[in-house]
Amino acid sequence: MTSSEKKQLQITACKVRMGVIESTYGAKAGHPGGSLSAAEVYTYLYFKEMNIDPKNPKWEDRDRFVLSKGHTTPGLYSVLANRGFFPVEDLPTFRHIDSYLQGHPNMNMVPGVDMSTGSLGQGISVATGMALAAKHTGKTNRVYALLGDGEIQEGQVWEACMAAAHYKLDNFCIIVDNNGLQIDGNIADVMSPYPIVDKLVAFGFETVEVDGHDFDALEAAFNKARQTKGKPFAIVMKTIKGKDVSFMENDAGWHGKAPNDAEYAQAMTELKAKLAELEA
Amino acid sequence: MAEIKKVATRESYGNALKALGAEFDNLVVLDADLAGATKTGTFKKAFPERHFDCGIAEANMICMAAGMSTAGLVPFASSFAMFAAGRAFEQVRNSIGYPHLNVKIGATHGGISVGEDGASHQCCEDFALMRSIPGMVVMSPADDVEAQAMVRAAYLHQGPVYMRFGRAAVPVIHEEGMKFEIGKGEVLKEGTDVAIIANGLMVNEALVAAEELKEDGINAMVINMATIKPLDEELVLAAAKKCGKVITCEEHSVIGGLGEAVCAVLAEKCPTPVKRIGVNDEFGHSGPAAALLKQFGLCSENVVKVAKEFCK
Repeated sequence: MTSSEKKQLQITACKVRMGVIESTYGAKAGHPGGSLSAAEVYTYLYFKEMNIDPKNPKWEDRDRFVLSKGHTTPGLYSVLANRGFFPVEDLPTFRHIDSYLQGHPNMNMVPGVDMSTGSLGQGISVATGMALAAKHTGKTNRVYALLGDGEIQEGQVWEACMAAAHYKLDNFCIIVDNNGLQIDGNIADVMSPYPIVDKLVAFGFETVEVDGHDFDALEAAFNKARQTKGKPFAIVMKTIKGKDVSFMENDAGWHGKAPNDAEYAQAMTELKAKLAELEA
Repeated sequence: MAEIKKVATRESYGNALKALGAEFDNLVVLDADLAGATKTGTFKKAFPERHFDCGIAEANMICMAAGMSTAGLVPFASSFAMFAAGRAFEQVRNSIGYPHLNVKIGATHGGISVGEDGASHQCCEDFALMRSIPGMVVMSPADDVEAQAMVRAAYLHQGPVYMRFGRAAVPVIHEEGMKFEIGKGEVLKEGTDVAIIANGLMVNEALVAAEELKEDGINAMVINMATIKPLDEELVLAAAKKCGKVITCEEHSVIGGLGEAVCAVLAEKCPTPVKRIGVNDEFGHSGPAAALLKQFGLCSENVVKVAKEFCK
């Protein structure tokens, strides 16, 4: 990608992060940590990789995205809003009573959400079914699923991996957000899923490990995914939980907690400064 | 006496899938290493490219079916009732029920008539589990003819459906070509003294019981309530008003199934004395199906006994 294109993606990722802060602050709840860690991949998928149309969110031949780690919906809602699926101004209604922006993604209420998720381990199976259906019906659309590194402790994830490889779903790409933290602490201490790459390879995935905050690396990984034939693809991305909000970075406490007034102000100041720097 | 034709409704399920598969290209079948037992193998033989074995991984199968339905396919996900409704309950609830996806769950080997396999495989809780999910249609056919008609109705219905089929062969009581409508009960015998509302293999037992009760001067009404949800409340209320007494019969726990569904309607809208025949909050065990059904009171003899005491 060109440097200006990369700069534009970085600017968008920064705006996605601001939406994460706006929505979790507005909700006084939600999951900022894992939303911020995935801001680049959300941005890359919705602004570069996926074949989608915000004006026609149910377009039959669109690529599909399943947020298997459904709790990081502030990130998904923010990228969808920034991509034009619905107004960015609605983000602060997140989790409010009668808002369409439910606490976890709802495919029947939010334009652009391809599957209702929230219960960990299920989204990847649903996405596997979508990819199998696309193959079966001769469609060329691709299917993406984003998983948490804690989420892969769910046994169902590996049932899905087995099935994706068994059915040679080369139209299927999973992304594991390896930010290293889950609610109770470090994933290696709680219940280690490591080695993640080796496990995915053993389950039949073509797998790469990338810096999840580096758009060049993400582009190379997604390009490789599209060129891989005969097997599903996995991108294990090393990320920083809470990325770009200094006091949230690498702190498991920010998994599922909203910023208070002072924290909101500080987070937005930091992100606005970052945005100004990028736009300079 | 002419031999009564007996067919296991799991056979009906497989045959119906095959027939519908010839008619509808978007019908696909998912299975969890039980194609032989659930009889989806009948479909697989005819349409191998539309049969997807998911291996022994029911949770994943249920969610894959959900994903396939979002692409316009109509998946029938099949396993034993214990695993489809029990093991994968939360997957059914969150990935099919909550988004209200067009997935059909064909669960065979429901109830204690599973027989020799014993309690681990005798699911008597599936109606309760599936009924609790908003928007889920829950059904259990009485015989081969109704089962086949039900599978067709399930395909044509837009939204999630749970169907329970049996392992054991049961008498065919319906005429070919019966009309089946989701949510409509069927009066098989009119009566005035007690209304017996049954489903599954208990429908035939209720009919046999009603004949025997005639000799005791008891005129029992018999209703086949194949759809447990949405319940045909109108028919339940009409039967209760007419007979003043209701007996429910099901091859399911007395907790959470047809009996409780009927009680709930009557308690709120037409308080009526009810006796529930079902599995009385206990696990099953190994044995031949027929012997187990007798032992657990899921037989015409027990229906007669309960009705006679009730109508004293």
